[in-house]
Amino acid sequence: MNSGILAEMEKIVGARNLLSRAEDLVLYEYDGSVEKARPEAVVFPSSTRDVVAIVKLAVQRDVPIVGRGAGTGLSGGALARGGGIMLAFGRMNKILELDFENRRAVVQPGVVNFDLTRAVEHAGFYFAPDPSSQKSCTIGGNVSENSGGPHTLAYGVTSSHVTGLELVLPNGEVKRIGGKLSDPLGYDLCGLLVGSEGTLALVTEIVTKLSKKPEAIKTLLAIFETVDDATETVTELTARAITPAACEMLDGWTLGAIEDYVHAGFPRDSGAVLLIEIEGIAEAVAGQALAIDEVCKAHHAREVRTAKDDQERELLWKGRKTAFGALGRLAPSNYVLDAVIPRSKLPQALRRVVQIGKESGLQVGNIFHAGDGNLHPLVLFDPRKPEEFREAVRVSEEIVRYCVSIGGALTGEHGVGMEKAELMTLMFSEADFALMRRVHAQFNPTGLLNPGKVFPMGKGCGETRVRTSPLASHAPSAVPA
Amino acid sequence: MSAPAGVSGAAAATAKLESVVGSEFVRSTAGGITEYAIDGVAPKLVVRPQNAEQTAETVRTALEEKLGVIACGARSAVGVGMPPTNYDLALDMTRVTGIASYDAGDLTISVNAGMPLSELARVLAEKKQFLPLQVPFFERATVGGAIAAGLDSPLRHFYGAPRDFLIGAEFVDGTGAQAKSGGRVVKNVTGYDFHKLLHGSLGTLAVITRLNFRTYPLPVARRGFLASFADDLAALAFANEVGASALTPIVLEMLSPECAGLLFAQYAPFASFCAAQNRREWTVCLGFEGSGEVCERYAKELSRMAREAGAQNAVTMHDEQFAALLEILREAPVAMRDAAAEAVVMRFAALPSQLADLLRAVRSFAGSSWMTAPVLVRGGSVMYLALLPRAGDETALRQMEYFWKSVGSLRGKLEFRGSLVFAAAKWKAALNVWAHVEFDSEMERRVKKAFDPNGVFARGRFVGGL
Repeated sequence: MNSGILAEMEKIVGARNLLSRAEDLVLYEYDGSVEKARPEAVVFPSSTRDVVAIVKLAVQRDVPIVGRGAGTGLSGGALARGGGIMLAFGRMNKILELDFENRRAVVQPGVVNFDLTRAVEHAGFYFAPDPSSQKSCTIGGNVSENSGGPHTLAYGVTSSHVTGLELVLPNGEVKRIGGKLSDPLGYDLCGLLVGSEGTLALVTEIVTKLSKKPEAIKTLLAIFETVDDATETVTELTARAITPAACEMLDGWTLGAIEDYVHAGFPRDSGAVLLIEIEGIAEAVAGQALAIDEVCKAHHAREVRTAKDDQERELLWKGRKTAFGALGRLAPSNYVLDAVIPRSKLPQALRRVVQIGKESGLQVGNIFHAGDGNLHPLVLFDPRKPEEFREAVRVSEEIVRYCVSIGGALTGEHGVGMEKAELMTLMFSEADFALMRRVHAQFNPTGLLNPGKVFPMGKGCGETRVRTSPLASHAPSAVPA
Repeated sequence: MSAPAGVSGAAAATAKLESVVGSEFVRSTAGGITEYAIDGVAPKLVVRPQNAEQTAETVRTALEEKLGVIACGARSAVGVGMPPTNYDLALDMTRVTGIASYDAGDLTISVNAGMPLSELARVLAEKKQFLPLQVPFFERATVGGAIAAGLDSPLRHFYGAPRDFLIGAEFVDGTGAQAKSGGRVVKNVTGYDFHKLLHGSLGTLAVITRLNFRTYPLPVARRGFLASFADDLAALAFANEVGASALTPIVLEMLSPECAGLLFAQYAPFASFCAAQNRREWTVCLGFEGSGEVCERYAKELSRMAREAGAQNAVTMHDEQFAALLEILREAPVAMRDAAAEAVVMRFAALPSQLADLLRAVRSFAGSSWMTAPVLVRGGSVMYLALLPRAGDETALRQMEYFWKSVGSLRGKLEFRGSLVFAAAKWKAALNVWAHVEFDSEMERRVKKAFDPNGVFARGRFVGGL
């Protein structure tokens, strides 16, 4: 990047909010995925005004811009695929307003997801989207990727919890859409913008809903000898219209790794467990717990254990949410997949995932949101062995293709990003892309905002299929958050 | 559509359209087909395609022939919005009907746009499921029309808006291409969520051909509770207390005395409840669901809270009574419209914290007119208000204009939006349907331009003149 632009950016944000040395930039060429792309400069704006100034400068100099929260994303969404400037929102991290009466919060994009819950829990509220990375990921990132989490089974992904946004368009204009009111003004633009993966606008302020804490919560751990028994339990729970707030599955191999890491109280000798949470008024929770117990036992659950107190409950969830970190101890790197299947097809899908893993010779673990059919197969590999990395990518792609072939979707909560841009053709036709491109062109006509994401790069490019190994250069390996 | 079709153009268009859908499914009359008229504007052509392909072909023909298109289902809510400025062809989607696929075990369903909501409800009920899209004109409305019109459901208080359960859509865009978004799984963030834009878009973006929904299990029991209070503030205080409690009712509505009288008069179980009230009392209607134990807890706690809040009268309703109440509340905006020959029904979206102020202000504006003004408050953040002029009142327009202008005086003081849901064409022109929806429509224009670059769909009907 030429020194003229760097000097101008320094004027805007100050030297301490600008990185341009190679040794600093290398930290920003990763997110939680296996993708890699290095920005030419990283800027930390502290206000919407900074963002506008940087965007105008970038457009003037024809330099790409990408927004970034905490970099915990798992699809390469916040990587500078086109080089250029990375706007890292970590310092725009103020909670601007808490409005309990209207159940709204107004936050800057760099506010950490869990910090919002911490700020409102004293009043009996919480922020519902709860990705595994919630203690580090930002709400701006959640908005961009339309993030989910275990409890989105009951409460929906991020878009169900955002009513207003302040945006900076790629021409530097500031726009507000929606607000605190629950109805959209005109078209539901928040519905379009949330999950648009930073390809239409940069988000500088967010109005979120605050959810009321339930009266009662019960966390059940159902232990099974086989993966089949666990998946069939989930299918029957859905078919019997039992709707827990969260229903997570962890396979036996994964449980061992978690126990070595956090001692969450999971069994080491089971085929799989279901971690099921029920919320609501006490009578409803008690009734659902009985029904769930019955279904689990009908599917040969060895034991259905109820967390006896908050401490045990938190420990079980800690085990679930640090699972990816735990697996980082078993292999130098891993590839966390995200795909969705119809819930009735969970048993056959899991069998296929296990089979694909076995055929490849790579270890594949399964820790996922079973209740909504959102699979997260996790492929372990050693990035120092390029053939192993290529095989991990191939295995992942085979699994995603299979999920789509049985009526599923490419991504349930991680986004398309760089990772799945080429696979979009599995779900969408040329006419679908034509409309997506027209919308994209209306908001981001120069294409300078987050280039190379969501849309396939085109025939013959195949860039994502011949990715370089994360260790092809001097960079450290990626461990998803 | 810069140039409307001339007579010879219309003949050519008719011939083309007949070759697309069959001559028995094209009607054309130079003078206009009155049963498809919207606000007095009648189209010269009605086309009834059988499937998405024919729909796309019809749109492409309309583009070639420079015809303005408005898609419709049962036409029950087609009057929502401003009068059309360019309406040559009515695209009647009622033949594009039926269930495309129903995966009851997955709690998902894919439905063609022309399927009536009531028929869909029966299919779902066979599997003990339902869709929380309990909108006005339920017995007639089609699922595509319901999404395009964007009218409210009383179940929205608990189950959310279609944004929360519409998981995918197929549609024909303004270039005549068949496109889609979302999918048929309950969790999916692949690609842009265009289906969310379709809700409430009044057919200005695309013609919906198919919709995919997440469905919900029918509860074991679904019951209700009615309580009446001395005035609006006491009723609001009770509703707020319920909202702040651990209870999560599925319905929470508040009716002014005029509204309760209007809605309940025809229904025996509620008429007696109303008769026991004096003319100033406000009614709070609650619904709750779950197991027998859960419903008992609700009934007990609501009775206690109502007593402590000074309820004049309170009654718990069993399942059948609640089903009747839900139907009444669902159709309430229609009942308000039908209560006078030239009624105007308005909808306000407000912040819960400012609802009392907004309510007091609009009631006071209405009070200075001769018109009766029933009010229904939905879920603490939406308010319907009808102005019911007396037959033959020649001052009605002046009174309405005064009311609507007075509402404008609240802007800047309160955060709200107000629009007309139902009104005669002459009122719409005088009052402007979207007068109190203040926003910069530039972003919406970008969306409209991308979806409908030639302006073929429903021009002029949407907020911002779109």
